Amino acid sequence: MKNRTVRTAVLGAACAVLLSSAACGSGFDDDKAAAPAQQSGGPADLQILIGSSGDAETTAVKDAAAAWAKKSGSTATVTPAQDLAQQLGQAFAGDNPPDVFYVDASRFADYASVGALEPYAGKLSGASDFYPSLRTTFTYDGTFYCAPKDFSTLALVINDDLWAKAGLGEGDVPTTWDQLTAVSEKLKAEGVTPLAIADTRDRVGAFLVQAGGWITSPDGKQATADSPENLKALQYVQSLLKEKLAQFPSQLDAGWGGEAFGKGKAAMTVEGNWIKGALKADFPDVKYSVHELPAGPKGKGTLSFTNCWGISSKSKYKQQAIDFVEAMTTVDQQMAFARAFGVMPSRQSAKDVYTKEFPADGPFVNGADYAQGPVNAAKMDSVLADLDTGIQKLASSDPKALLERVQKNTQAALG
Amino acid sequence: MADPVADTAPAPAPVSPRAARPGPRLSAAVRENIAGWLFVAPVVVILGLFLLLPILMAMWVSLTDWNGQGSPFRSGVPFVGLDNYTRLFTEDGLARQDFMTSVRNNFYYVVIVVPAQTVLALGLAVIVNSRMLKGKTFFRAAFFFPSVTSSVAISVVFLFIFANSGAVTGLLKLFGIDGPQWFSDSRGVLHLLLGGLGLVDPADPPAALTGGGPFGLSWWEWLSGPSVAMCTIIMLVVWTTSGTFMLMFLAALQDIPVTLEEAGMLDGAGRWQRFRHITLPLLKPTLFLVLTLGLIATWQVFDQVYVMSKGNPAKTTLTPAFLSYQTAFGSFEYGSGTAISFVLFAIIVVLALLQRWIMRDRDPARRTRRS
Repeated sequence: MKNRTVRTAVLGAACAVLLSSAACGSGFDDDKAAAPAQQSGGPADLQILIGSSGDAETTAVKDAAAAWAKKSGSTATVTPAQDLAQQLGQAFAGDNPPDVFYVDASRFADYASVGALEPYAGKLSGASDFYPSLRTTFTYDGTFYCAPKDFSTLALVINDDLWAKAGLGEGDVPTTWDQLTAVSEKLKAEGVTPLAIADTRDRVGAFLVQAGGWITSPDGKQATADSPENLKALQYVQSLLKEKLAQFPSQLDAGWGGEAFGKGKAAMTVEGNWIKGALKADFPDVKYSVHELPAGPKGKGTLSFTNCWGISSKSKYKQQAIDFVEAMTTVDQQMAFARAFGVMPSRQSAKDVYTKEFPADGPFVNGADYAQGPVNAAKMDSVLADLDTGIQKLASSDPKALLERVQKNTQAALG
Repeated sequence: MADPVADTAPAPAPVSPRAARPGPRLSAAVRENIAGWLFVAPVVVILGLFLLLPILMAMWVSLTDWNGQGSPFRSGVPFVGLDNYTRLFTEDGLARQDFMTSVRNNFYYVVIVVPAQTVLALGLAVIVNSRMLKGKTFFRAAFFFPSVTSSVAISVVFLFIFANSGAVTGLLKLFGIDGPQWFSDSRGVLHLLLGGLGLVDPADPPAALTGGGPFGLSWWEWLSGPSVAMCTIIMLVVWTTSGTFMLMFLAALQDIPVTLEEAGMLDGAGRWQRFRHITLPLLKPTLFLVLTLGLIATWQVFDQVYVMSKGNPAKTTLTPAFLSYQTAFGSFEYGSGTAISFVLFAIIVVLALLQRWIMRDRDPARRTRRS
């Protein structure tokens, strides 16, 4: 009898657990959510999650959203994310994603491949006005998914004082790899580290483009890492590293190239247009000039970085969200963002206005013509992280072996 | 329903039949049992809901190829069986390479941290416990202080201390040593040691070692030892955790009767002999506790890696816990990520059991004879 009561009690407890879990489980029953009721007109309550670069960007986006909300009679809540990728991942898993959010170009294919994004970009007015390279970046399986928010490219930033100290003039700005080596040797003779370059594919990758190579084919379906072009590029970077003509920021006690450059630890760095704001804020006394990256054997090459305005495929207010994005990507609004936090408009029709207002940014804007976007294929994150690991060890390892490894891993990831 | 009692009693509430029944059918022991279960029910429910259930859900996720969209319990989620696990062990690919690298890193980390923090904690406890020491409270607080500080804050402080122009490098320079670039140095210390002894050339390791090895890493890679960057994390953790364990040892030391020590002195035992044959055996349960807690905590190291290095340089500070996080939330491969954490769980359980077996009482007979 005693045993029986014990059993009953255990059963009771088990039931309690099961019941509570079932109650909890009802939240997962999301067949309804698969096709959310659409409210195509009227006021909406938009949730906007942004990966902000800082207070300036947060304020600018908040102001723009408030202006749109006032005009359309909706509400728009802008939330800056602490860690955008992780917060989005959790929101998708919890089936409660924000309506509009930033999508980083390097993660775009991951989101598009799992169906998290609404392919709305074709419906925008003037969709073909966005730079072609940016449109390619946000195209998955032939569909242009989301509107590029703005973009940045890499350029060569030169510290004018250190440059002059080494007896170099304006005519010495390198335009080829050989010239880059030559000026670096002169700078090194003066006891300055010539070039600070971050140890990732997001900087070193520019050399791959200049040599005519890249990690994947343009459609993102084939692995092209193990090519003679890529090998040539890595061998060149390796030669710079071995001679200490180039150093990684961590070797110069800096978190990134801009910091090493601002501290005067390197005479040149390869960074994007965000360096302007950083130098103005942290190192206002540094005199510098911006130039296009030196061309490689196959001509000019740089990398572009961009975000797009993603709209969740599960949003209840898709129509209003598209309307919101439309308002955010007008030339005027993009110029307002450019003034507020130093990004470049993603519309070609804004190029002239922009170069007129920011003449020093010419090299960055010109990069749009020959820039390569991030690898546009899903499941490549760990492969590219592994490539970064190889780049960190590039000075002391065999570039050929690294490319073979990347090739093998890319093939496995692309399937 | 025409109950005669109902007429006399004022509005009887419809009571449950069991309560209406007279008591004798439930013995005292049974009632005690029910009461007991009722009292633990909240804890059982909470543990079940917030511990057991999530674990079971995670186990399900580790068997699927869920991509993080919507619920993992929908019908459309592809079930892949043990694929996520086999990929970590048998398939030659990036997943296995990363996982094995992380296991290697963590193995060296555990092998150094656990003994070091235990010995240091015991040493500190003995010092603080000694009767000769003045200002005990001060030292106790000082030694314990790192343990109460937030691990993130301390990690950031260490980032400054070990920066290339930081205090440690400056100190080494005073002695004429050109210190390494701590956080960007991916060279393994065992490789450096072998190179320093002239046994092998790290730049050109012998083909016998690089040719092959278990689980996709060559023997040469397995034998790297912790990287210089990992060593900074090791130092940090030894320093911060030894305070906590010192407190445990201290409590145990204060439980040892002074009479035993005095008896040892009367028998003519020296200081070391008394420590070795009286103090240490009496500390054995605490030692077991400290080693077990240390083992579990070190295999789970995450926050220091997250704050200080994110697995860099060259994946030499990658640990299974961090890899699991990165795989799940970085690459949206939730199945692989949870599979890694279950393998990590298995590693910890097996090692804890192994340690229990090693530290079991081996020879009770001799002990009784001695006493």
